[in-house]
Amino acid sequence: MTAPNTIARPERPQETRTITVAIAGNPNCGKSTLFNALTGLRQKIGNYPGVTVEKKVGRFRGSHGEPMDLLDLPGTYSLHTRSPDEAVTRDVLLGRRADTPRPDVILCVVDASNLERNLYLVAQLAELGLPMVVALNMVDLAERNGIVLQPDALAKGLGCPVVPCVASTRKGLVELRQAITRQVGGEAPNRTSFPGALETAAAQVAECLVAEEALNPRAAFAEALLLITNRRGSTDRKISPVLASRIESACTDLEKAGVDRVSAAVNARYDWVHALTSAASHSRATSSSTVSDRLDTWLTHRIWGWLFFIGVMTAMFFTIFRVAEIPMGWIESGQGTVAEWIESIVPEGDFRNLIIDGVLAGVGGVVIFLPQILILFFFIGLLEDTGYMARAAFIIDRLMNKVGLHGKSFVPMLSSFACAIPGIMATRTIENPKDRLVTILVAPLVSCSARLPVYSLMVAVLLPNTLNSWGKAGIMLCMYLFSLTAAFTMAWIFRRTLFKGERSLLLLEMPPYRLPSLRVTLHRMWERSGIFLRRAGTVILAISVIIWAMSTYPKPSDPDATPSQALAGSVAGKLGHLIEPAIAPLGYDWKIGIGIISSFAAREVFVGTMSVIYSIGNGEEDTAALRDAMRAETRKDGSPLFSPLVCVGLMVFYVLAMQCLSTLVVVRRETNSWKWPLFQLGYMSLLAWLGAFLVYQVGTLLGFS
Amino acid sequence: MEKLNGQVPGRRLKIAGFHLPDEVHQRLLEMGLTIGTECVVLRYAPMGDPMELKIRGYCLSLRRSEAEGVQVIPCE
Repeated sequence: MTAPNTIARPERPQETRTITVAIAGNPNCGKSTLFNALTGLRQKIGNYPGVTVEKKVGRFRGSHGEPMDLLDLPGTYSLHTRSPDEAVTRDVLLGRRADTPRPDVILCVVDASNLERNLYLVAQLAELGLPMVVALNMVDLAERNGIVLQPDALAKGLGCPVVPCVASTRKGLVELRQAITRQVGGEAPNRTSFPGALETAAAQVAECLVAEEALNPRAAFAEALLLITNRRGSTDRKISPVLASRIESACTDLEKAGVDRVSAAVNARYDWVHALTSAASHSRATSSSTVSDRLDTWLTHRIWGWLFFIGVMTAMFFTIFRVAEIPMGWIESGQGTVAEWIESIVPEGDFRNLIIDGVLAGVGGVVIFLPQILILFFFIGLLEDTGYMARAAFIIDRLMNKVGLHGKSFVPMLSSFACAIPGIMATRTIENPKDRLVTILVAPLVSCSARLPVYSLMVAVLLPNTLNSWGKAGIMLCMYLFSLTAAFTMAWIFRRTLFKGERSLLLLEMPPYRLPSLRVTLHRMWERSGIFLRRAGTVILAISVIIWAMSTYPKPSDPDATPSQALAGSVAGKLGHLIEPAIAPLGYDWKIGIGIISSFAAREVFVGTMSVIYSIGNGEEDTAALRDAMRAETRKDGSPLFSPLVCVGLMVFYVLAMQCLSTLVVVRRETNSWKWPLFQLGYMSLLAWLGAFLVYQVGTLLGFS
Repeated sequence: MEKLNGQVPGRRLKIAGFHLPDEVHQRLLEMGLTIGTECVVLRYAPMGDPMELKIRGYCLSLRRSEAEGVQVIPCE
């Protein structure tokens, strides 16, 4: 079957524009490895406008040296999409996106060791009518598994070139380039032949699409088929009344003919794919279990599986938590050195303070997250590339599902104990957008390392006796357990309210275990950090400068005012007074109010702010002095301000409150709107206030002080 | 007819029908669980859920709540 698909692009003449090749395939088929192998480092990572999906474009050269754009589309199992990422793949291939040209050639990557399931997507792509090249990837692995492949038979069946290759070792890349170059302007591949009634129904709808939107006939047929068989409610496209009535009558006809819209097209494709696979591959009857099968009996074993899981997660957590501290210390001392250097060359005054306390502190506040992000993404890269991530989700899914989370929510939640920012960035591994959103919403409740200095200070005020280390450890542990309980409870509540009726589904491919490639892992780690620095870094820097200005201006009229008086008179100090009525029921005064407000930059700032308020030189070095000053603080009636109830209430407040603008910025970036970060700020602030209120008021009622 | 949920590992089965919402049904079909396809339960997760299948030459895990809606017949 041929289609005039290459003619229908009148807006750009063939000679002047760059050829676009889209690379599509299932998850786990080695698509990204092939993309990197073809383009090297000539890649640009951007964003599709309006969605949070990453757009990766790379340059490569055809066999005659002509430049081509290679577009890495998000991996998908089908064009019946279930996530925004997959919707981008569908829309680009159908030419629906104004920001991306419809590709000239589709490069379909298939995993040769898992041919049949991979070819299902190829069958769907073939319906689009674009010239196609199939990269038969990982042929080495297929051979080792005893699969004998006949690429020529597959090429004949599909009606397009099929090139065996191994992306990780660059085998077959030259042939692939040649095949792609030859396919530019080439013919459309063969496609599935559907049951007669379905063909007729789709043709009717396609006719209407051609008339209304001037689609080329073959693309219109694919689009029509998607519209008729779509069982997902939203079709993500505008439908004219004429088109809607066409679709409806087509569906009625199908019903009369006894054709099931859910399964007819899928069954027909799999029938074709099964025939293709049988003709093109033979298994050398080696029924002995593969290495992967044997590994799985151990790694998902009810005892050894758990031990390994706990071991891996502990190693990851320990590295993020402890090892990252070392480079974080370097960053902090580097920041100090730069500050000293600036002090030596810039005269004292507002400008110097702006540079040091605003800009430099802001840059430091961004870069300080890098070690944890790099380490986390190194681990996630390893877990995904080896195939263990799917097993980890398999093992833990039952537990996470009980509270409405997903097996893949585990790693982001665990990472959030170190810092919510890498944790939230790690939710990209969760395909289902609802599961991902619930995880993002509750991740900042998990007690991160920035809360530790606050807990330490409050515990020190609460239990000044330095020998009582068991009591101190006990309180800390309670806070961690409390934060986890809060996160799980909120996840459970969100599942039953905001996302009520949304079925959480786990359909997880368990890819064979593979040796990871260090190059790929490092590449991805670097990519993630770059994205964080560019997208979140700039906003965090700006916010840091704003918070500095708020705690500096207006300046006190008396030039001899102490730093604590200056802070009290600044915008931040006035805000502290302003919110006093709201926090009085929690037992707090305006000084704690300033601490809470400044903590929105980062929670640990609380300690520094308290030091300024109580005029204790450099706060972090002198916790004992600060502790004593806070213990000595009294209310008007002479009772201590920092009573045990206030201390515990304040810790509960810090567990629950969303006091991290950097996290809000990252959530905005990951959800592509201010709606969710603002919701998060609202619900967590409310929760924090209620928590502290209950501790203080109920505690007082019960006769505690 | 038997359900996929609860089948012992190692027994060869054939997909025979579905009692699932259309959307879930279609997703399972697209992952290769079409009627007549052979599959084998490989194992259950350490906590009993989800379960892992071998189907069309690859491994797929799904929750037992979905497997409850998949009907199978044993292969002779």
